[in-house]
Parts: sequence; structure tokens; C-alpha cells
Amino acid sequence: MSSDHIDEVSGISTTGHEWDGIRELNNPLPRWWVITFYMTIVWAIGYTIAYPAWPLLHSATKGVLGYSSRNEVKNELSAAEAAKGKYVAAIESKSVSEIAADDTLREFAVAAGAAAFKVNCVQCHGSGAQGSKGFPNLNDDDWLWGGEVDQIQQTIAHGIRFASDPATRLSEMPAFGDIITADQIKQVSTYVASLSGTVGDQSLVAPGAKVFAENCVACHGDNAKGNKELGAPDLTDAIWLYGSGEAAIAAQVTAPKQGVMPAWGARLGETKVKELAVYIHSLGGGE
Amino acid sequence: MLDNTQIERIEPTPVNSAKVRQPMYAARKKIFPKRASGSFRQFKWLVMAVTLGIYYLTPWLRWDRGSFSPNQAVLLDVANRRFYFFFIEIWPQEFYYVAGLLVMAGVGLFLITSTVGRAWCGYTCPQTVWVDLFLVVERAIEGDRNARIKLDAGLWTPRKLVLRVSKHAIWLIIGALTGGAWIFYFGDAPSLLGELFTGTAAPVAYITVAVLTATTYTFGGLMREQVCTYMCPWPRIQAAMLDESSLTVTYNDWRGEPRSRHAKKVQAAGQSVGDCVDCNACVAVCPMGIDIRDGQQLECITCALCIDACDGVMDKLGRERGLISYATLSDYDANMMLATAGGSSSVNPSLVRTDDGLFSDRVAHFHIRKIFRPRTYVYIAMWSLIGLGLLYSLLTRDRLEINVLHDRNPQFVTLSDGSIRNGYTVKLLNMIPEPRTIVVTMQGLEGADMVVVGDDIPAGRSFAIPVEPDRLKMLRVFVRQPADQIRAPAQTFKFRVEDRASFESNEYTATFNAPETAR
Repeated sequence: MSSDHIDEVSGISTTGHEWDGIRELNNPLPRWWVITFYMTIVWAIGYTIAYPAWPLLHSATKGVLGYSSRNEVKNELSAAEAAKGKYVAAIESKSVSEIAADDTLREFAVAAGAAAFKVNCVQCHGSGAQGSKGFPNLNDDDWLWGGEVDQIQQTIAHGIRFASDPATRLSEMPAFGDIITADQIKQVSTYVASLSGTVGDQSLVAPGAKVFAENCVACHGDNAKGNKELGAPDLTDAIWLYGSGEAAIAAQVTAPKQGVMPAWGARLGETKVKELAVYIHSLGGGE
Repeated sequence: MLDNTQIERIEPTPVNSAKVRQPMYAARKKIFPKRASGSFRQFKWLVMAVTLGIYYLTPWLRWDRGSFSPNQAVLLDVANRRFYFFFIEIWPQEFYYVAGLLVMAGVGLFLITSTVGRAWCGYTCPQTVWVDLFLVVERAIEGDRNARIKLDAGLWTPRKLVLRVSKHAIWLIIGALTGGAWIFYFGDAPSLLGELFTGTAAPVAYITVAVLTATTYTFGGLMREQVCTYMCPWPRIQAAMLDESSLTVTYNDWRGEPRSRHAKKVQAAGQSVGDCVDCNACVAVCPMGIDIRDGQQLECITCALCIDACDGVMDKLGRERGLISYATLSDYDANMMLATAGGSSSVNPSLVRTDDGLFSDRVAHFHIRKIFRPRTYVYIAMWSLIGLGLLYSLLTRDRLEINVLHDRNPQFVTLSDGSIRNGYTVKLLNMIPEPRTIVVTMQGLEGADMVVVGDDIPAGRSFAIPVEPDRLKMLRVFVRQPADQIRAPAQTFKFRVEDRASFESNEYTATFNAPETAR
């Protein structure tokens, strides 16, 4: 918009607006600026032809270059898969102990296993694999079914007490509430607690040891160190899945809780299970 | 019937009335700077030679750093995230040295601008230097100002075509050399040069050369003064830094006005006349195309070529040099007061001269002391303090470092014997280009020991581990403390790293977490 108001000092016309007595000079634009401006318009038109741009009723114009951000993601994902391919193939063909012994493969498996762990395992074992009551801590050095990397692989693949998997880890502590008397349970609980240094009523320890010898050694062993073949826990250490102390032990003797872990082999495939096993083993407690 | 004076007159203005119509854009007014000669021109040639020399030659300087590091004196190794400057090597986390240099450059510009005005613009700005270089080419091919004006206005003859094509071709070659030199700062120059010509260099190298060729050609050849006037923010900022004691290129109208081309005739008519003979030499040489006699202007980059031009004319006329000169505003004002008898009349040059034609004693002349004022000293002090601080920090910086990241999830692990274990990610930084064996020791945390995951080092309170030259080594370390030694839920202890050959050491204070019940 032009106006007929000419600034007296400069002799240049103004935009015609006035703000508190101040007027804006209507200087022409530099040519290079105008050229640049028109070039951006030309560029924009070209861009909308080359790339998806104009919205239609159900989709949008495709653009003559055929670009799509979904394809780009797809390509990037397949490129990433291809880059991983050689490691995945090696993991497929090797045993977990071979993988754990190879620095490069182990590094790859730990990273892949950590990712799979976050998706599949944290719900029970916690985001740091630290577990909670009833769910084992995978960082420590106490393993019900063995902490060798291939034993861990077996546990992940087939689960524990997971009925639909024939190769699942199976053990069932009997509910001694129906087998021995309440007094005997109190005695054996006091004895078991004393094994890891908790001193209760001394008079119950000797009868408790007798009850233990009669009922428990078959699975937990003469020295109560447990048996990994049977998933029987070591009763002399500081780690208690269902809680430490006489009361917790008595409850577990009377009516044991039997934790179940699903079998993951069929769901995740062998490679993922191997990666998970190597990752779990790397957490610091592996044997 | 109505008389034509009785018709009602209305006076609308058409929006595109020829009286107010403006062009949508303003064409650039072409500038054909004439070659200047004189001491400032000499100085500018020197500055151009030095700055271009630094720019083109620096990547080719070699500096021996042993067999584990590149031997290029100045190298920005982006891929490995290292910056080499002669004997200095900077890791990314030490980039604050570059920030410090930028602060120094900022304060240095304040210092320069507040004392000698836009010296950066006039002499050392790459835009100025390259435009100067492009003008050399233009003059060599098309001739000086008058020949160029004639050529530009003339028809497109074969001669004009040849001259124009060769000028632009040489400009493009200069642009390509400029862009080419740039990439040598980012890679080993000799091998990169070979790769460039055999087509095996990285695509980003070619793209960079292409972009910088285009910008050099466009800014230096085509846009020139428009870059300074329209695009550069620096003239605006600099203007705020000038005060009445700053040197600027000044037309001394207190001795120049009233200007006249016919001095003798005017003098004969009994009127006073100034030194300016209105020859316009100052305008002809100006690369910004301005007239310095209009006073201080945003466009003026203070290249001082008008001083050279005017001094040449004054020499021929046998008058004192310095009609256009570097002067401070306060000197100029004092002389103007003198020449206008305290502002009561227009400039009368006879007021600044004695009867025998020499300058009166009352004329203020520049003296170097005038630019030294409190703010000058403040800038010098700031600049030196930052510089000394950086230098001190550089000379005392650590070349052996340790960073420790404590596992947060889980914070601790109870082991079967009741002891507590904490996990740490330990990063050992060997920041010299030599391989070293670094000894890591635990201090504090009684009874505890540590193991390195994936290494055969036996558990203990100290281990030695080799670290590659100029590299970071990352370790997973498990620290374990027996239950009966635990004193608090959070205990602090130190990881100490030591190079027993050079006696360098460093420490990191870490925390060891334990459950409340572990004591």
C-alpha cells in the first residue's frame, strides 16, 4: 500500500501508518532480497511436486520422488538388521559358553539381552534384575537351579514349574503342615534359622536338627547347602527368596509357595534366550 | 448549466499513482572502486598476505606427536573427537578452552573497536580480505575504475565476453581454493588432497568444498559490500562500542569546507575556501561506495583507502595531509568549534590557521595517549586475566583422569555370604598419545575388595591395567564389603588412579551403598 505522505527529511514516502507521531519509511527492498524471496516460492512449488505434500480426501499426493517417511524408517530398520546379521548368525550357531568367551559376541549379546530383558523380564525381576520377595534377585551369587550360563539358558528357555513345557524345571517342596506337627515345624524352623546365624531358642535347635535329618536332607542335603539339580535352596546363606527369620521359614515349611516362571524358548526363540542368558550371567552373580 | 468552478472537487489518490509509485525493489548501485595507493593500502596488502597465508598454509604444517597421534599441527579430528593445535590436544570435555578463546576474541574486539574503531572490518575480516582479493583480479582483467565503468556500460562484444568469463572463472577458482583449504583443517591434508583428486574423499568433503566455493564466489565476487551493509550484524554492534575517544576515519570538514573546485576564483571573490577541492577521489576508491564527507556512516568499514586517496591529492597540492584522517570525535568536535567560532557561523577554515597559513596552536591533533582511557584499561585487564586463567588452566590440566558411575539399579546386591556388593562403571582416561599402565587403587572402605568384570585380575584393593594411547578405557568394577565391616548405609571411599612412570595421579570419591539391616 502506498500513501501520499512523504517524509520531509528524507523525501521518501511512508507506509501511511502513524504510531505516536512516528512514521515508517517505505524504502524499497534490496533486489537480492526480492530474488531470494521468489526463489523460496519456486523452491516450495518444486518441493510440493517432488515430495508428498498436498492433502487429498483420504491420503495426500505422493510426490514424484516417491519418498515416504515410513519407507525411510523401514529401510533404516532393515539396514540395522543387516548390520546385526553377522552377530546374530554367530550367536545362533554357537553355544552360550562360546558366546560368553568371545569378547565381541558377549558385548553384543549383553546389549541385545539387556533390551530383551527390559521388555520381557522386568515385570517380575525388576528393572535392575534385583527381584523382590518371591522373585529371585539375578545379580547375586545364589542360584536355585545353577548360575552357569548354560544352566541359566535352560531355565529361561523352559521355565520353572511351567506345566505346558515338558522340559521345565520341576520341584515341589511338600507342605509339611500335613506331615509333621506344629511343634516339629517350630523346632526345624529355629534350627534352619540358626544355620545362617540367627540365634533363637537354643533348646529347640537340637530337636530341630533331628526333624531336619528325618525330613529335609533328601533335598536340601546333609549340610543344608541345597541341591541345584532339584532346585532346593541353600539354607545356610544370607539370601532368602520368601523372607528370612523363623516365622517366614515356618510359613514356608507349613505351606510352601511355589513360584512359577514361564518358559520363554518358544516365545522368544533360541537366539534371544541365548542373549538373555549371557546378559543375566554378566550381571555379576554368574558362576 | 453549472460553471466548471461549481463542480465539486474530490481528491482521491489512486493507490498506484505515478506520483507515489515505488519500485518493488531497489537495484544495487554498482560500485567500481578505484585502485588506491598509500601507506594504508600497503598495510592492507601486508595484512592480506598474512591472513591468506595463515589460512592456506596452516593445514600443511606438521608437528610430531609420536606414532600414536596425527602429525598435523592444526587438526580438528571430528571423527575421533580430538582437536590438535601444535603442542595442545583438546578432548571434547575440554572444549571450554575454545569457549574461553571466543570470550577473549569478544573482549579483544571490544578493545580494538573502542580504541581504533572498526579495524576488524577494515583490515582483517575475511569478507574484506577476499573482496580485496577479488578486486585485484577484477582490476587485472578489466582495468581500473574508468575502464570497468566503460566496459560495464558497453555492449556485449566478444572482448567483454572474454573478460567477463575469465574474471568469473578466476573468481570461481579462488572460491574453490578457499573451500578446498577449509577441509584440510578436518583431515590429514596431504592424503586428503590425494583423495580429493582421485574421487575417493568422503562426500562431505566435496559438499563442503562446493558450498564454500559458492559462498566465497557469491559473497566476495557478487555481493561484496552488500554483505557488510545488509547481512552482517557486527557493524550494528560495533557502533554501540564507539565513543568520543575512539579513532574513526573522519573527514575533517573544519579544514576542508567550504569545498570548491575553483578555489582561486572564489578566493578572488573574497570568500574563504577550504582544503577540499571536491575531486571525489575519496569516493572513487571506496569499496563501500560511500562519501566519507557525509560523516560517519554505518556502511563505512574504516578501510582508510580514502585517507590514502586524499593524502595523495593533498601532496600534489602541497597542502598538509590528513584532510581525511583517523581522528577521535572529541578532537573533531574541538576543531569544529574552533572553525565555526564556537558554533556561531558556518565553517571558516581561516579560523584554524594562522596568518602564515599554518595550523593554529589551538587545533587538536591526535595523540596515542588519547585512546587510553579507563575502559581501555578495563578491556586490557579483562582480556589478560582471561588469557592468563586459560593458560594457567591449560598448563596444569590433568592428562590422567577417572570418571566413575555408580550403579543405581540395584543400588547394592546382598551376596550369599551376607557381604554387600556395589557395581561401578569406571572410565580411565589416558589423555596423552602414549600407551600407559594405570594403577587403580581403592582408598577407604575397610575390608572391601574389587573385581573387574571380564578380566582375569584377582580380587584385591589394587590392580594395574594397560590403557591405549589417547583413549578412554571403560571397566565394570564390582566392589564387595563383608557384612561385619559395613559402618553406614552410605560410605564414601576413593578410587585413585596413578601412572607410576610419570607420577601423575587423580582421584574420584565414590559412594558405597548398603541396606540398613546389613550392619
